[in-house]
Amino acid sequence: MAKYLLLKHYRGAPAAVNDVPMDRWTPAEVTAHIQYMQDFATRLEGTGEFVDGQALAPDGMWVRSDGEGRPPVTDGPFAETKDLIAGWMIIDVDSQDRAVELAGELSAAPGAGGKPIHEWLEVRPFLAAPPTITE
Amino acid sequence: MDEALLRAVVPPVIGILGRRGADFAAAEDAVQDALVEALRVWPADPPRDPQGWLVTVAWRRYLDAVRADTSRRRREVLVEEEPAPGPGAETDDTLQLYVLCAHPSLSPASAVALTLRAVGGLTTRQIAQAYLVPEATMAQRISRAKRTVSGVRFDAPGDVGTVLRVLYLVFNEGYSGDVDLVAEAIRLTRRLAARIDHPEVAGLLALMLLHSARRPARTCPDGSLVPLAEQDRGLWDTALIAEGVEVLQAALARDRLGEFQAQAAIAALHADARTAAETDWVQIVEWYDELVRLTGSPVARLNRAVAVGEADGPRAGLAALAELDPTLPRCTAVAAYLHERDGDPATAARLYADAARAAPNLAERDHLTKQAARLNASLRDGTR
Repeated sequence: MAKYLLLKHYRGAPAAVNDVPMDRWTPAEVTAHIQYMQDFATRLEGTGEFVDGQALAPDGMWVRSDGEGRPPVTDGPFAETKDLIAGWMIIDVDSQDRAVELAGELSAAPGAGGKPIHEWLEVRPFLAAPPTITE
Repeated sequence: MDEALLRAVVPPVIGILGRRGADFAAAEDAVQDALVEALRVWPADPPRDPQGWLVTVAWRRYLDAVRADTSRRRREVLVEEEPAPGPGAETDDTLQLYVLCAHPSLSPASAVALTLRAVGGLTTRQIAQAYLVPEATMAQRISRAKRTVSGVRFDAPGDVGTVLRVLYLVFNEGYSGDVDLVAEAIRLTRRLAARIDHPEVAGLLALMLLHSARRPARTCPDGSLVPLAEQDRGLWDTALIAEGVEVLQAALARDRLGEFQAQAAIAALHADARTAAETDWVQIVEWYDELVRLTGSPVARLNRAVAVGEADGPRAGLAALAELDPTLPRCTAVAAYLHERDGDPATAARLYADAARAAPNLAERDHLTKQAARLNASLRDGTR
């Protein structure tokens, strides 16, 4: 088994095929999209492949240490940030092929006009613990 | 097995161990061990005297722990002789536990966790599930909390206000795992109200009952939010409403108004309206005025602006809103709503989309996105 992170971006991914902002869909299309995402997660729970799924608020900030005894420096949020993560799903699957297959299904969630969004999702393998047998 | 009954005897059992000489942290640990054991063996072999069983097992666990701790040899002599169980001054013990677990030196998250475990009789695993953190994390949070209050005298008088804030947090925040935190908060507040005669305790209980009554109507089966005005009021729990109103009226009669009574009064006025259109918004505005006077809270001011919008029209609501900090959470959503009612769907759609981006949770974000989508769709139809 291997864990993969499926990352969805607000910005930074190549444009989706059906690229319409959600507030320009009809309410029924929004509902259908949410339902598809829920059903997808429920199905992966059923197959024993779901680990976690979370959505992130778009507005965060940057933080760095400013040295001992001083409060950290904060900056942002930056409206111009090129890459902005919207959320993720973590799956635990048998192969990279299966991870790609599932990411493909997730990308086909319905959007404007009830047609699949075909959005780009980023698929990143986890660096797991080393195996017991190494020789 | 009656798990509620099992959990109800946890605080008195902690109290009994305390009177036998165990400090709070050790007593609470021992009772938690006994509780986990009870959950394991009781379904097949229920005891005749649940509290007596828990005392016996917890006391044994406590002695084992003390014996295992060789550095505490002196204390061992102290506890070797088991005192008689004796009749419990159960009421006082439990009340003191509430206060200790909500001690102001604790962070809100720690106070909530400790309260749910020591007063609520939940297991660490159940609490961890309810707050979506690993069990080990929750166990650490609780043991740190216990270290923090270890210097506090168990019988020290405390401020009931801190207890109410913790119970309010349990009611208002958290996820549904194995345990229903809303029901749990009501159970704990009910027990507190039975032990202490305080109008704000009653006010908080009334507030919880009245909001809990709306739960069946608050969400669709798919989890999406239903705004108050659109809820099927036939789904509201009339028994909970009746109880909430009764508790509130008795509290208000004492003439010592506080923020929870004022919030409960607002909830009671909503509960009293058979349809959204029949809502007595004028009286609700008056209660928000009281709430703002009592708390000065920006959230109360924001909700007051909504009520003003209903009582005196959207323009008046927008004027009230203009006096508030626009970065306040949900301020944009309220502005969107008032602009729509004022007949400006384009502005409302834009503000709903902005509000969706700033939404603090997924259910609200989805709801606000759909509001923007609805208005944009009708604007498209209008120009076609």
